Amino acid sequence: MKTNEVPQDKAFFEEGKIRDVCYAIDENGQYTKVLSLGWEPKNEAIKLSWDVVYKRVEEVRNEVMAGKLSPIAFYMELNVMDVSIVSAYTGIPKRKVRKHLKMKKFQELIPIVLQQYATTFNVTVDELKDLEKIQQFSIKI
Amino acid sequence: MQYDARVIVPQLRDWGYNILTLMKINFQHSMSAHCENGVTSNLLRFYGVNLSEPMVFGLGSGLFFSHMPFIKLNGMAVTSFRPWPGVIFKRVTRLLGIQYDRKKFANNKQMAIQELDRLLAQGTPVGMLVGVFNLSYFPKEYRFHFNAHNITAFGKEGDTYYISDPVMENVETLSTDELLRVRYAEGTYPPKGRMYYITKVPKDIDLNTAIVKSIQRTCKDMLTIPIHMFGVNGIRFLAKRVRKWPAKFGPKLAALNLSQVIRMLEEIGTGGAGFRFIYAAFLQECSVKLNQAWLNDLSKEMTDIGDKWREFAYLAARGYKGRDKQEISYDMLADLLLAIADREEKVFRQLRQIKL
Repeated sequence: MKTNEVPQDKAFFEEGKIRDVCYAIDENGQYTKVLSLGWEPKNEAIKLSWDVVYKRVEEVRNEVMAGKLSPIAFYMELNVMDVSIVSAYTGIPKRKVRKHLKMKKFQELIPIVLQQYATTFNVTVDELKDLEKIQQFSIKI
Repeated sequence: MQYDARVIVPQLRDWGYNILTLMKINFQHSMSAHCENGVTSNLLRFYGVNLSEPMVFGLGSGLFFSHMPFIKLNGMAVTSFRPWPGVIFKRVTRLLGIQYDRKKFANNKQMAIQELDRLLAQGTPVGMLVGVFNLSYFPKEYRFHFNAHNITAFGKEGDTYYISDPVMENVETLSTDELLRVRYAEGTYPPKGRMYYITKVPKDIDLNTAIVKSIQRTCKDMLTIPIHMFGVNGIRFLAKRVRKWPAKFGPKLAALNLSQVIRMLEEIGTGGAGFRFIYAAFLQECSVKLNQAWLNDLSKEMTDIGDKWREFAYLAARGYKGRDKQEISYDMLADLLLAIADREEKVFRQLRQIKL
């Protein structure tokens, strides 16, 4: 890859994103470091990963609105976590986390437990319980 | 007047000064493609050992390949273009006779912070393993549950740590809380507060011998591992799997699998083409240091191989790019991988001949 071939494909990411260091050959055939804004195959691969995540988030959101799954299930998907990761962060055993994914069990949870989930998902307890916020959630990507 | 920190620090503490509010180590932050290379290179430079990122990478025998269907990431096989995390730092320090200490604080976050502060106060910059999910200065789009990121702390002012993260252009900062969150991230291979720092650097370092040893090791890794998922045979193994993906997974999942390979090839800071360009830069540097021009020829061949990997990525991306995903030929992709494998094998067989 020559220095003038180093891609500068600005992606869908927010402005001021990371520029990557690439190694490329200058006019004298010497390797040098060049900053790259991005490369399309890589940008598209990351975008695809997030598309898959957000598709799942949409599905779970509908289940939450239908009263089947709980906000915990929603925020778990939103944070690209699974039951293992949520359990590790909250300290709550996996079998209990699985139960809390259902709306019925969620509504019985005490504040201390809700706070553990809220901290893990980087929200407040009020935000965690706020169904309207979940309904209004839109994906900016 | 030169102040000896070993005398001043306890003295100031006696007088009630929180020394950490005054202490910032004279550490030079430098940006690199890959975090482990960058932290290793930056730490070594602090102790007067000036090695570029390509040199660090080469000495650490960082060039590798593996395709492991038995390890899952995002539910799909893991493809890796470098060895296990931590191996580069370990190999470089061992080869050069540099001593270091490694600590883990699985259950004791308070100790993790205290030890870090103690080392910073005595003027020692500290490398740390962190997870990027809650890394506040990272763009959101990169914040997956990835736990093998390396950063260096080199100072503290009040509640703020000065962080040299090699993949960032400038010095960053983290509060104590934020630092703890990333040092104790959860997910696959949680860092558990792991940190490492250099303790002793020898006066003389025989770089040339180290270069030859490290190149021979890379050739061994790429050519002789008996399990076919690793090295050059691993590339052929991937080719075989890729050919079968459309039939095995259907078009959507096959494309997703491809995108995962491309992410490993380009996303984790490989400098382009799965570290092949960095290794070519290393060979170019070696040809000068060892005064062996043939290494420069192999550097050119490695660059061409890197370009082939990029070509592979371009073709693969047509399968998952945008809304109008094209029908791509997985046979063509597999054939391209086989051609790459052949060329890499040739390079490493030649490189293996290296002598001082």
